[in-house]
Amino acid sequence: MNIKDVESLAELARIELSEGEKKEILKDMESILGYIKQIEEVSVGDLEPEYQLKNVWREDELKPQEFSRDLILKQFPDLQDGFLKVKKIL
Amino acid sequence: MIDLKNLTIEKTHDSFKNGVFTCTELVSEYLKVIKEKNDELNVYLEIFSDVLEQAKKADEKFADGSFTLMTGIPIAIKDNILFQGHIASSGSNILKNYTAVYNSTVVKKLKDAGAVIIGRTNMDDGAMGVSTETSAYGVTKNPHDISRVPGGSSGGSTASIAADMALVALGSDTGGSCRQPAAFCGVVGLKPTYGSVSRYGLISMGSSLDVIGAIGKNISDVKIVFDFIAGQDKMDSTSIPLDFYKKKTIDRPTIGVPRAFISEGVDPRVLLNFEEKIKKLQSLNYTVKDVELPYAKYSVPAYYVVTPAEISANLARLDGMRYGYSAEGGNLMEVYKKSRGKGFGREVRRRILLGTYVLSHGYHDAYYNKANAVRELIINDYSKAFKKVDLILTPTTTGPAFKIGEKVNDPVKMYLEDIFTGPANMAGLPAISIPSGFVEEGEKKLPLGIQFMAPHGREDLLFQIGKEFESIKDGP
Repeated sequence: MNIKDVESLAELARIELSEGEKKEILKDMESILGYIKQIEEVSVGDLEPEYQLKNVWREDELKPQEFSRDLILKQFPDLQDGFLKVKKIL
Repeated sequence: MIDLKNLTIEKTHDSFKNGVFTCTELVSEYLKVIKEKNDELNVYLEIFSDVLEQAKKADEKFADGSFTLMTGIPIAIKDNILFQGHIASSGSNILKNYTAVYNSTVVKKLKDAGAVIIGRTNMDDGAMGVSTETSAYGVTKNPHDISRVPGGSSGGSTASIAADMALVALGSDTGGSCRQPAAFCGVVGLKPTYGSVSRYGLISMGSSLDVIGAIGKNISDVKIVFDFIAGQDKMDSTSIPLDFYKKKTIDRPTIGVPRAFISEGVDPRVLLNFEEKIKKLQSLNYTVKDVELPYAKYSVPAYYVVTPAEISANLARLDGMRYGYSAEGGNLMEVYKKSRGKGFGREVRRRILLGTYVLSHGYHDAYYNKANAVRELIINDYSKAFKKVDLILTPTTTGPAFKIGEKVNDPVKMYLEDIFTGPANMAGLPAISIPSGFVEEGEKKLPLGIQFMAPHGREDLLFQIGKEFESIKDGP
């Protein structure tokens, strides 16, 4: 790994890092990846799980929930006419 | 003066019923202790302003007979559990003044039962850590030795019980975060079966591993809290009904010890204590036999692939758009990057970037898919072991509470703290840490914990063996 890799990851994760933070992360990542690498040595083969995953659905019906619309609006960083206001997207 | 040290839920309930003291009196007593100790210990981030009102309502329930066992019981909740109208900051800067807009299911249940929710306890930033040192609000000190950590990430919750600043507490457990700090603080910490307690209103970290846990001074209290908070919830599609897993009565559960897994890297005093406790269980006619868990040693490395991956997805919502810390920026992208760069602490950034890496093109097969396959092997190990034994026993941690600052700068050292607790999260199994004795360090006595794991849905076995263990642990 190198600094450019850290910068790509930071870009993907939408996190701004200072030069110092980038260096720290690089050092940390090298250490951590060095440790988690050992899963590579595990030979997996064909394992049939004893359980089955299933999706849990509900009907697409409007069901009133308990929440405070007031508190939601109050916490918008910026709002206008009751709408959340954000920077230009397009 | 109420003797807080020796209170239990049942004693408290009887005292309320028989007019020995009122809830208002009891809560006032806790508030006094909190006032004395919180500045030094940093257990609570906030005591809720409506605490005495809650206590008054509880007293009214006793007056009109509409009380339950949990009515008036002072409980602390971890800072990542939503309580409508109250702040929940997840120990982080990015949610510093975030006010919960709805109640988590567990809080709703506790409120309906009339419990008194005292305040929110300190935790590692985003629940990521093993010492409460990554908290944006400073570390919590271990009440047994203030130069040491309480463990993490639910360090505030476990310390609150150890310091008599609450009678019971809620924590969350994704890799050991209820059990490891319980061991360090000398209290009982339960990680329930995945899905048995609703995650609705628990700030998500690793959705396939997270579970809300109960913390208390003894098994009986922890069982009572668990019984109140467990149950299927339509708001959490990963939750299960209480009778989902079959339960067969087992009078004398056999206990498996994965000796090969426990040998390395464990403090010899922990091993000594562990062997002593095994002998005691055997003297009570419990069969203790060796079990093999060949893939358990890969649990921590696999965990640190799977969990960061899930973290990177779950924390995408913290973007400075709708709530939480929002930085100034010239354009949308800048707002995202600066809000997240400044709002997330070091450990959180580390895990998000690690998660991003293992999920990214070219790496996800080698890391994420591989880790999931390893996870299957671990689940299989435990499934096979539970065909031979009814419970699995290990120490909870490799040593007593470490000193503040000792491990926080070495991520891998921190991650290794999860070695005995992590597998329960990977496999969704219930596990409990029970105080198992002390080691002496200088003039201090540092608690140790022992951990029982049971098959899915068998918290009942944990409580059963736990009660037996409690009665023998200090005996000859």
